[in-house]
Amino acid sequence: MDSEDEVISVASSEEMMEDQDSDLSMGGDYSDVDLDVDDPDVGFETQDKDIKPKRRPYEVEFNIYGPADIQSHQDQQIDEVSAILGQPPEATAILLRHTRWNKERLIEIYMDKQDTLLEEAGLGKSLAKLPELKKVKGFVCEICCEDGPDLKTFSMKCGHRFCLDCYRQYLAQKIQEEGEAARIKCPGDGCNKIVDSKSLDLLVTEDLKDRYQVLLTRTYVDDKENLKWCPAPNCEYAVDCRVKQRDLNKTVPTVHCTCGHHFCFGCTLNDHQPAPCSLVKKWLKKCEDDSETANWISANTKECPKCHSTIEKNGGCNHMTCRKCKHEFCWMCMGVWSEHGTSWYNCNRFEEKSGSEARDAQAKSRQSLERYLHYYNRYANHEQSAKLDKDIYLKTEKKMTQLQSSSGMSWIEVQFLDAASQALQQCRQTLKWTYAFAYYLARNNLTEIFEDNQKDLELAVENLSEMFEKPTDQLSGLKVEMMDKTAYCTRRRIILLSDTAENLKNGGAHSLRLRPGSFD
Amino acid sequence: MALPKRIVKETERLMAEPVPGISAVPHEDNLRYFDVTVEGPSQSPYEGGIFKLELFLPDDYPMTPPKIRFLTKIYHPNIDKLGRICLDVLKSNWSPALQIRTILLSIQALLGAPNPDDPLANDVAQHWKENQNAAIQTAREWTQQYAKPQ
Repeated sequence: MDSEDEVISVASSEEMMEDQDSDLSMGGDYSDVDLDVDDPDVGFETQDKDIKPKRRPYEVEFNIYGPADIQSHQDQQIDEVSAILGQPPEATAILLRHTRWNKERLIEIYMDKQDTLLEEAGLGKSLAKLPELKKVKGFVCEICCEDGPDLKTFSMKCGHRFCLDCYRQYLAQKIQEEGEAARIKCPGDGCNKIVDSKSLDLLVTEDLKDRYQVLLTRTYVDDKENLKWCPAPNCEYAVDCRVKQRDLNKTVPTVHCTCGHHFCFGCTLNDHQPAPCSLVKKWLKKCEDDSETANWISANTKECPKCHSTIEKNGGCNHMTCRKCKHEFCWMCMGVWSEHGTSWYNCNRFEEKSGSEARDAQAKSRQSLERYLHYYNRYANHEQSAKLDKDIYLKTEKKMTQLQSSSGMSWIEVQFLDAASQALQQCRQTLKWTYAFAYYLARNNLTEIFEDNQKDLELAVENLSEMFEKPTDQLSGLKVEMMDKTAYCTRRRIILLSDTAENLKNGGAHSLRLRPGSFD
Repeated sequence: MALPKRIVKETERLMAEPVPGISAVPHEDNLRYFDVTVEGPSQSPYEGGIFKLELFLPDDYPMTPPKIRFLTKIYHPNIDKLGRICLDVLKSNWSPALQIRTILLSIQALLGAPNPDDPLANDVAQHWKENQNAAIQTAREWTQQYAKPQ
């Protein structure tokens, strides 16, 4: 087994070199092939600029944007549309949000029926006049009932005038407590005018302005179909990906955020390649809800043939008398007891029709439970192992330092451990989902190829994992082998994902098929 | 905490010029808590009934709406068993320019025009849609039984 492995691993690293011939120019020797194949051009940008790294079938195109990028995208679009429509930027922003940043549609509707649009968006005609604070004689604020000649007041175009304090409090309540920004209306009863950013600037304090901007950016990303926030805690990046919702059955758009988090753009769950989102959702639901309790019941109990009460036999003979309906039947064949004649306590009527149907149903549900458990156990196992590997990863750093001091290796020379640990994590994640995916696959030749790929990857991963756990003093001797195995694992993963992705994309009769009803 | 001018003014006005068919009296020990009664509107199944409600003005009133709840049992698709009310102006459409007076009027109007398409009490709403006459009859009976003036 070992020797065979090595043959393959050598072959694979050669393949890899061919694949990444752009890297050849770097003149690295074979053992220094960039192990993190997923990210082949780290540090080589300058040389590789003209050679675009080829995308693998399972990879999707995406961009990562920070808060500043998102802000400038908004501003850019606002400026552009503002110039076309001849509306001030703050009003244009409201209009754009109203049409969920669909520029073409906005311009079209604006040209078509300007007044209706302005009304619906909560703007009203012409916002040309700058918002200002005023003192009005004889004014009584409708909200706080204060009056006096020195009271500063504010109103938007709609003419609903309130005192500055109330307006401020109102906006603070909306922004801070209710997290509202894009659609804050005039405080007047039933008034639909939207508070624009210029009025807001005049009214609120600096910290609220910041919060307001953050909230606006949030609605921008939420509004745009091709943008999504990275779901990692405290991550403030958004991902731009053009994969359409309707294509999610055919592709699994895994994206890699700058913060290091890998997630699926379709459902924002953790990377679940190669299984498509809808299957993942179904699988997770299946795993957590109690449909499996029902499965257990059907596998371990029988129903009274007459009243269908569920019965678990916990001892005694085969002559059953249903406690509920007093029906007497045989536990073995499920047939009526009276037909048994004198052959009591020894059912030999296995081929009798009265019992065979009941037994068929029983067998089927038992089988489906076993099938589920087969996949679930493997899925859960990889999940568990990934967790353990993660613990090991945390210890890797320590191991690397130990190795440096014991073997005299330099920091750069012990990086192979880090690479191995990352490859392990990634492969386990993939393996885990291959089992969920396989549960929903119908049997055909491609399923077999899929399973072969799965088997290869699993074997490679287990080999590497085992090696990883060896004591530190042995590790330096294993360096080359470990690097080979790491590369091999990564390679197997790429093959599995590429094959599956291509098969999913192609659809058609000669591809991976799901069991009937899997995409419901 | 001193009572804001707004609440003082509103209370004064509620006492000085009460709305016909509606009364709201603040508790002596808590001026933010009101005992409310609303007469069932004429030509509705609630006609002749007097419904008790409680109303509380939270600290950030009028930036947030008053909390209000029926104390008298009532058969209505937008009012649930606990007396909670499904009414837009008490939630998303609240505006600080609204007042206790306007809110109570809205509630009275809700009694006159139940809306089973936006239900809070699902069973009542379903009854209302399937057999409006029978539902109205039940509402009448409940009014007779629970909302009779003493």
